[in-house]
Amino acid sequence: MTPFYRFQFYLFALMAIGAALLFVTRKSPVSAALWLVNVMFALSGLYVMLDAPFVAAVQVLVYAGAIMVVFVFVVMLLNLGRPDQLPDLREAGARIAAGVVGLALFANLLAVRRESLPGVELAPATDNVVTPVAESLFTEYLLAFELTSILLLVAIVGAVVLAKKRAGA
Amino acid sequence: MMIGDALIVSAILFCIGVVGVLTRRNAIILFMCVELMLNAVNLSFVAFAKLHGVGGHVFVIMVMTIAAAEAAVGLAIVISVFRHFGAVDLQNLKLLRR
Repeated sequence: MTPFYRFQFYLFALMAIGAALLFVTRKSPVSAALWLVNVMFALSGLYVMLDAPFVAAVQVLVYAGAIMVVFVFVVMLLNLGRPDQLPDLREAGARIAAGVVGLALFANLLAVRRESLPGVELAPATDNVVTPVAESLFTEYLLAFELTSILLLVAIVGAVVLAKKRAGA
Repeated sequence: MMIGDALIVSAILFCIGVVGVLTRRNAIILFMCVELMLNAVNLSFVAFAKLHGVGGHVFVIMVMTIAAAEAAVGLAIVISVFRHFGAVDLQNLKLLRR
């Protein structure tokens, strides 16, 4: 456990907790949704550090990509994100904070490039990330997998029935 | 030890989600808080997978599927609530309180 790894871990943990706190305190649903996307990206960084790169990729694709888009879409559909509450550019303090965070992350990236070779152990055998998960999913947990697909079908039908406009009303 | 720290982060995120569910009245933000709680649980699954093997990752994928289904159905309910009351404030949903 090198200090560099430890630093990265706590950086992502702090990002997740800070973004979660900002998420629960936002008034507008749109900015809450965007802060929640931030939490999910930080969590996928944590997953990579905990030796789960496949789960991290799925986290970004499914959670940050699909589920949050559905949320933002519903906010749009119901016209809840009032534009007068969402100024295009924040005040100076927020801009300076954003600049500092961006520079810190950029410096972090440069440090990763420079440091990764001798100090940090690389993850073993990156071509073998999906295989263990897939083997476990399709043998040991096959029944749960099939039940999940039925549940997804039920959820699709339920969502269509619930959100459909009634013929009479 | 990273696993212990990850569990602490997970607990903090879960508590933030609970606070959100208990304090917010906007139904969409409430659903997002539930998603945050599911994410916190996923983090502890991944942390425990480091100790107990790859089953934790499988469970995380299951939880994500359930979360997607829950979001779809929940948001459909939100849409029909909005059609009925014209708002997604949960204060409106008190037909059974009397």
